[in-house]
Amino acid sequence: MSLPFIIIAFVTLFAAAAAMSLRNLVHCALALVVALAGLAALYLQLDAEFVGFAQILVYVGAVAILIVFAILLTRSGDSPNQAVLTPGWGWGIFISMFVFTALGWAVLNSGVLRAQGAAGSSAAPAATVKDIGKALMEQYVLPLEVIGLLLTAAMIGAVIIALKEPSQIDNSGRKS
Amino acid sequence: MADKIHQIIETFKQMCLVDKIDQLFVMLKQLVLACVPEALHPLVSGMLSVVLVLSVFPGVFAIITVIERKGLGRIQNRYGPNRVGIPFTKIRLCGFGQFIPDGIKSLTKEDIVPYAADKIVHYLAPVVMLIPVLLSYAVLPFGKNMTVADFDAGLLFFFAVGGAVELSVFMAGWSSHNKYSLLGASRAIAQMISYEIPLILSAVTVVMVVGSLKLVDIVAHQNVYSYGIAHWFVFTPWGLVGCILFFIASLAESNRCPFDLPEAESELIAGYFTEYSGFKFALFFLAEYLGMFAIIGLGVTLFLGGWTSPVSFLTWIPSYLWFMGKVIAIVFVFIWIRGTLPRLRMDQLMNLAWKFMLPLALINVVVAGIWHFMGQLGHEQLRWLVCAVIIFGSYVVLGRGLMRHQKLGKRTYRFAE
Amino acid sequence: MLGEQMIKGMAVTAKNFFGSYVSKERLTTVQYPEERLVPKENTRQFPFLVYDTDDAEKGLRCVACQICEKECPPQCIYIVKSKDKKADYKGQMQFYPAVFDIDISVCMSCQICVEVCPFESIKMNTDFELSNDNRFGGLLISKQQLAKPNAHYRQIHPHEAAESDAVIAGEKAKAEAKAKAAAEAAEAAKAKAAAAPAPVAAPVGAPAAAPAAPVAVVAPTAPAPTTPPATN
Repeated sequence: MSLPFIIIAFVTLFAAAAAMSLRNLVHCALALVVALAGLAALYLQLDAEFVGFAQILVYVGAVAILIVFAILLTRSGDSPNQAVLTPGWGWGIFISMFVFTALGWAVLNSGVLRAQGAAGSSAAPAATVKDIGKALMEQYVLPLEVIGLLLTAAMIGAVIIALKEPSQIDNSGRKS
Repeated sequence: MADKIHQIIETFKQMCLVDKIDQLFVMLKQLVLACVPEALHPLVSGMLSVVLVLSVFPGVFAIITVIERKGLGRIQNRYGPNRVGIPFTKIRLCGFGQFIPDGIKSLTKEDIVPYAADKIVHYLAPVVMLIPVLLSYAVLPFGKNMTVADFDAGLLFFFAVGGAVELSVFMAGWSSHNKYSLLGASRAIAQMISYEIPLILSAVTVVMVVGSLKLVDIVAHQNVYSYGIAHWFVFTPWGLVGCILFFIASLAESNRCPFDLPEAESELIAGYFTEYSGFKFALFFLAEYLGMFAIIGLGVTLFLGGWTSPVSFLTWIPSYLWFMGKVIAIVFVFIWIRGTLPRLRMDQLMNLAWKFMLPLALINVVVAGIWHFMGQLGHEQLRWLVCAVIIFGSYVVLGRGLMRHQKLGKRTYRFAE
Repeated sequence: MLGEQMIKGMAVTAKNFFGSYVSKERLTTVQYPEERLVPKENTRQFPFLVYDTDDAEKGLRCVACQICEKECPPQCIYIVKSKDKKADYKGQMQFYPAVFDIDISVCMSCQICVEVCPFESIKMNTDFELSNDNRFGGLLISKQQLAKPNAHYRQIHPHEAAESDAVIAGEKAKAEAKAKAAAEAAEAAKAKAAAAPAPVAAPVGAPAAAPAAPVAVVAPTAPAPTTPPATN
């Protein structure tokens, strides 16, 4: 539990809490961006360069822009004047605590940590980009292709939804 | 004969301490580090490199703003600024001191924040724009052994921090509480994300051929000379197309003419930074120009050989001078383009990105692969012809496709005649 | 082919850029105030008064006829005619303007005062650097500042000055010719009266000649002051 980890973890948690509880929707989105950047910092602190930069490129550079555009294009008005906490907030906290405990127990009892502890703390394999590329092309090529297919399907679907229908006739009788 | 020349050059280099001049900054850094305790070495080393970058590039920015105004003036048959030299004296210096009063003006202007604007986001937007741009200078190799931080995935780092710029554009446009700023910001973001794809795809061709994301390795790959000419990637068919696509996309990424719709004065006043005045505007301006230098630096590293010299008998010129010279030459070309071409409309911009540059970039990737494997199979000479034909053919076809819907001719009216 | 026109455009721009260092027609800026363009002949800014010879008072052509004051559309000329007559450089007694002010903040350079002046005495000057920081009268130019020698007029408007000089010379010649003719007519009348029946009419002729002589004396001087109006 080194000092950089503590600082980054605090920043991430604080940003995540702000993303939940701020009134203004765009402020929430920006706080979410900070939380995602905090995650990227955690990856970098673990010497996982590729994953850290990919996290920034994908999440901060693309997903955050997507969220922001969604807010931009679908804003119905100014920030709502309702209460920040919904009525069932007690139950919400209970369920989230339960899920957190379950996840924490699963991680702490997993095989990775046991192997890590046995082999010594500084035996983390240095995964260079070349190794990641090799693994993607040899060991994990099927998941890669399936993901590619999924993304292509999503893109084609989005284009079809956004495309205007060719034979749409409006009220004045002229083809549009 | 060739290695006799080589020998003469080597002795000349040793005589004139060329290597020492080349490694001047590296040696200075070692000198300072020797006076510092061991534990502080990483910190001090990083800080020294950062100080060098932060002092050189804003200075280059200041001079380039004056050169741009004078260059545009000469293209437009007029003088540029030619009065201000050294302030408070009569020395004119052909107007190169213009950036001093410009800086003072932007510092002393009143900082107006709209009443309904979101104060925190409005304040943070220029900062969020400037920081990723400055971060991206960390991976560029300015000279031999002169990279601030040589990451394993250096190229990916550059594009990752480039993506954060779009977030700041949105913050600027939305926080101004001005529907025209918001429209300008949406257009700017749409333009930037559309042109990121050809940018990254043309960089991918280089990565494919080199086999590594480290920028230092990419430059080392181009530091090979045959017949006295360096193996820059721009001298190959796929490299030439990749270079041109990269620089066109970098024009769009830095919102420069002919892609400066988001910030042009005749459109939406100034787009997403309409509501900014004084120093915040100066910060946006600074961030835009520094971003332009960084992306040109990356293009030079990827395609134009970074800090290497094009011909083998000019390697005695220090490497950082080559790098800066190339960057400034490309900046001159950008200024030239700015003075020549009219602005593209939003739909023309988008058409160019998605219907022309993206297919051409994809075909370029395939051609780079063909090049690599034909080289491995032994057809060194034939691959030039094959790659050139494929690229030229696809360029002509895509160009025709782009121009097909343009009705260039006398205008006809449906109802008026 | 896509991009062909762009390359041609960039070639034009490059030619402009490099040509601006070499040829003057590619860089037509005139850096005022260090460099100035030579003004054309019929440039006009604000009026001035012409005087002949070196004496600004005696040589002043203006006789305060106040025609320009009445014709000026924005009424920017203010003239106070003198009560007495002074001798000008030709020795003739003329009225003169005691006060002749032009308010150049009102003057619109229409040149009507020049067109109607019968004496070729008010002309248009070409000086425009007349800015002043005195708000309450700095742009009201008086007679002393307005009076400029004929040499100045010849310098700024050579052809116009030549025409103006020709007109004045023509009038002068006409006046002299008229005076000569009147003198000759008086001479002839005198001779005729003297050659008339002299002995019989001598006592009658003397009183008859006497009234004729004053008439002959008066006649030559009468046409002199009235000169026909000059048209420009």
